[in-house]
Amino acid sequence: MLTIRDMSRPGLAPFRLDVADGECVVVTGPSGAGKSLLLRAIADLDPSDGCVSLDGIDREAMPAPAWRSRVCYLAAEPGWWADSVAEHFPDWTAAAALIERLLLPAEIGAKPVAVLSTGERQRLALARAVVRQPRVLLLDEPTAALDAASRDAAEALLAERRAAGMALIWVSHDAAQARRVASRRIEVAGGRVTEVEVAK
Amino acid sequence: MSGYIPLSFGDLAIAGLLILVNGALSLALGLGVERRLAIAAGRMVVQLLLVGLVLQVLFGAASLAATAAVALAMVLFAGREAVARQERRLAGWWSYGLGTAAMLLAAGVVTTFALTTQLRPDPWYDPRYAIPLLGMVLGNTMTGISLGLTILTGDLSAGRAGVEARLALGADRYQAMLPLIRKALRGALMPVVNGMAATGLVSLPGMMTGQILGGVAPVEAVKYQIMVMFLIAGGTGLGATAAVLGGVFRLTDHRHRVRLDRLAPRRP
Repeated sequence: MLTIRDMSRPGLAPFRLDVADGECVVVTGPSGAGKSLLLRAIADLDPSDGCVSLDGIDREAMPAPAWRSRVCYLAAEPGWWADSVAEHFPDWTAAAALIERLLLPAEIGAKPVAVLSTGERQRLALARAVVRQPRVLLLDEPTAALDAASRDAAEALLAERRAAGMALIWVSHDAAQARRVASRRIEVAGGRVTEVEVAK
Repeated sequence: MSGYIPLSFGDLAIAGLLILVNGALSLALGLGVERRLAIAAGRMVVQLLLVGLVLQVLFGAASLAATAAVALAMVLFAGREAVARQERRLAGWWSYGLGTAAMLLAAGVVTTFALTTQLRPDPWYDPRYAIPLLGMVLGNTMTGISLGLTILTGDLSAGRAGVEARLALGADRYQAMLPLIRKALRGALMPVVNGMAATGLVSLPGMMTGQILGGVAPVEAVKYQIMVMFLIAGGTGLGATAAVLGGVFRLTDHRHRVRLDRLAPRRP
């Protein structure tokens, strides 16, 4: 259970949010409203005020790397730090099943990142985060560059992880996707965060 | 020190005719550099004569306090120069402080090491040895430090996404910055490595040439030069490492975040 109390940062007014295990909170709102800032603040990648805890343990009580391996942020434009794809994974062979579920060939591991398409990179970035099994995954438009088949594969994989207890905070611009995956929805507009009723 | 030929000011005036030739060339071809040429030549003469006087007084005094004061002034000037050469600097006092501290550490350690274990003049701080040695080590360390910091800040601005991707997956700041640290240090050491490889074939180092003109036997001058090259390599490695690690420390924070806001705004 992720608990956020009075969190604020420049560009974002104080708000509270609770995310239970297995929940998926979809974040919607116009571009530039502060959705990415929200996710970055929760991951502690940018300084923020307020109180954030996981299962009752304050994030300041643990080293930031420990926090981020539990509460993992996936950027809209994921970064890469090595040449080949496989170097970005703790164990490429162990990740093979996951890679194939996202409709990617296992040989992609040997390729340099520079030759991949945007959609391939987006799925690989999702895989390298999921394979580390965080408690909470902060997703910034994780399927924006994917075709329908790959998007469905990614959604199915994430639904399965949710069933196993992983919580998701998912920024999406796609209203149909928001309806499909959300258990709750929050709206960010003008730096304010508000909960929206979800009709199911 | 047998075959040393002293120069008179008249000799210098004859050599200075070449500057007049350059000036005439500039006027004839409309290069427009004659004023700057004259000012630069004038500055060079005045600065060097002043340095000569200062060194003469310093050598005569042979006091630890005076030598330390001159050495400190050299380090402070070198620190300013190291900052001026960087494209993107750290904001505030860190910019000047980090470069100067790294320089003080590296040049201080290396020069003291050379004075106390290899040259061993009496007293060990004899300014006739300490000051020229420090000057040579400083000049190269300065290049290494400013190169290392320029590469580090440039790569971090351009490659922030890659570093943050690693941080977001639970890496600590030193793991996430390691590729950048390596690249910055490689870049900082490259001039020294290339310099050592080319010395003697492509270039005759100024110090060695000076000693030979001063009447020292070539083999003896070469021995000095070899020692100086080793000192320069050591100083550059030490100084660049201190500066780059300090830069990484400053450009990240205790919660292992990238803090590009601690860089000064880009200059126009």
